[in-house]
Amino acid sequence: MRKMKKWFTVGLIFVLAAALMAGCGKSETTSGSSDDPIQQIKDKGKVVVGVKYDTYLFGYKDPKTGKVEGFDIDIAKAISKKIFGDKVKVELKEVTSKTRIPMLQNGDVDMVVATMTITPDRKKVVDFSDVYFDAGQSLLVKKGSKIHSVKDLKKGTKVLTVKGATSGDNVKKAAPDTQVLEFENYQEAFTALKSGKGDALTTDNSILYGMAAQDPDYQVVGGTFTNEPYGIAMKKGNTKLVKAVNKALKELKDSGEYDKIKNKWIKEQ
Amino acid sequence: MLDFSILTDYLDLYMQGFVNTIKISIIGLIASFILGNIIAVFRLAPVKLLNFIGAFYVEVVRNIPLILIGFFFYNGLSYFHINLSGFIAGTIALSIYTAAFIAEAVRAGIQSVDRGQLEAARSTGLTYIQAMRYIILPQAIKIVIPPIGNQFLNLVKNSSILGVFAGLDLMYYADIIHEKTWITFDTYIFVGMFYLVLTIPLSLLVNYLERRLARSE
Repeated sequence: MRKMKKWFTVGLIFVLAAALMAGCGKSETTSGSSDDPIQQIKDKGKVVVGVKYDTYLFGYKDPKTGKVEGFDIDIAKAISKKIFGDKVKVELKEVTSKTRIPMLQNGDVDMVVATMTITPDRKKVVDFSDVYFDAGQSLLVKKGSKIHSVKDLKKGTKVLTVKGATSGDNVKKAAPDTQVLEFENYQEAFTALKSGKGDALTTDNSILYGMAAQDPDYQVVGGTFTNEPYGIAMKKGNTKLVKAVNKALKELKDSGEYDKIKNKWIKEQ
Repeated sequence: MLDFSILTDYLDLYMQGFVNTIKISIIGLIASFILGNIIAVFRLAPVKLLNFIGAFYVEVVRNIPLILIGFFFYNGLSYFHINLSGFIAGTIALSIYTAAFIAEAVRAGIQSVDRGQLEAARSTGLTYIQAMRYIILPQAIKIVIPPIGNQFLNLVKNSSILGVFAGLDLMYYADIIHEKTWITFDTYIFVGMFYLVLTIPLSLLVNYLERRLARSE
C-alpha cells in the first residue's frame, strides 16, 4: 500500500509538470491576439521603450543625475511624438543585448531602440524598422598595443565582447584563431579589458568611441570590418507599428531633425 | 513542447560547458573540503590565535555574496598585477566560499559529541590528536555528512556564477546558445537538466553514505 502511494505521488508530479509545460506553450499563442497596437499604446497612455543604460552616447544612465540620455533615447522620443503625439509618455526600460529580445517577446517593452543590429537570424524572431544608424564593428585597445587591426588577432590573443551581440560571431569569422570571451554588459567587458583579461575589446565602433571618450588611455584601431545597420525592433507580426515607425523615421530624416540629434551625440572621427 | 533540436544542434557547446562545470565542481569539492576542515580545526584547536583566525575567516567569507568574491579574484587582483582567468578565479572563489560553510558544519559536528568523551579519552592516556582521531571524529562524521552533502550540492549549483565573468562553465555556454537560438525557455530548461544530471547522483550518493554510516552504529 505504501509503495502504491509512492508511485501515485511520482505520477502526480509528472502530470503536474506536463500540465505546467503545456500551459506555458499555450499562453504564447493566445497573447498574440491584439487588434491595433498603436491604439493599444494610446489607450495605455505610454509607450515602453527598451534602451541601453550602459552604452555611452547611445543609451547611458548618468550616475550623477540619474538621467538616461543618448542618441537612442532622443530617437525613441522623437518617433513616439510623431506617431502617438504629445499625450503618450515615453517610458524607458533598461535592456541589455541579452535581455532585449525576450523582453520584446514577453511584451515587457513595446519597442527596442538599443544599438541593435538588423540580422537575418533576429528577423526570424522580431520585426525591424528601417535602418536608423549605420555602424560597423571595430577594435578598442590600450594605447601602445601591438594590435593595430583585426589581422593582428592571431592564435594566443584574447578578444572581449558582450553576450547577445553579433560581435562575437563576427570576430570569430574575421579572426578564427583568436579566443573570444563574452561578458554580461559593456562596462564589465571594458573593466575586463582594463584589468588585462584580453588584448582587445570588439563591438560596434559607435560604442567603442564612447568608451575611448571615457578613458583616454584607450583608442579605437583598424577601421571597421563589418556593417552593422541598427534597427528599431518590435514584436514579430506587429506590421502596423513597424510601418508607423518607418514613416516617422523618414519624416525625421526629411525634416533634418534626425541630423540634429545625430550631431548632438556622435562626432564623426 | 520542448524543442529538442536546440539540444542536438548545440550539443557541443552544452558539452563544453558541462565538462567545465564538472571540472570546476571536482576541484571545488576537494579544495573546499580540505580548506573547510583546516578552518574547523583552527576554530576548535586549544590555541586562541587560531580560534580567532578561524572565526574571522568564517564570518567574513560567509557574509559576503559569492559573486563579489568572484569579482575580487577576477578583476580585483589585477590591481596587484595578478591576472587570473575567469575559470581559475571562479574556482578559487567558489572553493573559498564553500569552505566557510563546510568549516561550520564540521565544527558543529565535532562539538555535538559530548565533551566528556574527550576528557575520558584523554584520561586513558590518549593524546589530543589520538582522542580526536579514534574517539571523536568517527562519531562526528555521521553528524557532519548530511550538511556537507548540502554544501557540495550548493557548490555545483553556485558554479553557475562563473558565467558572469567568462568562466566557460555551463551557464556561460547557455547564454551563448541562447543568443543563437533566442528560444529562451527551452534553452535554459535543457541547462537545468544538465545540472540535474550532476546534482541528482551527488544527492543520492550523500543519502547512501548517510544510511551506510547510520547502519554501522
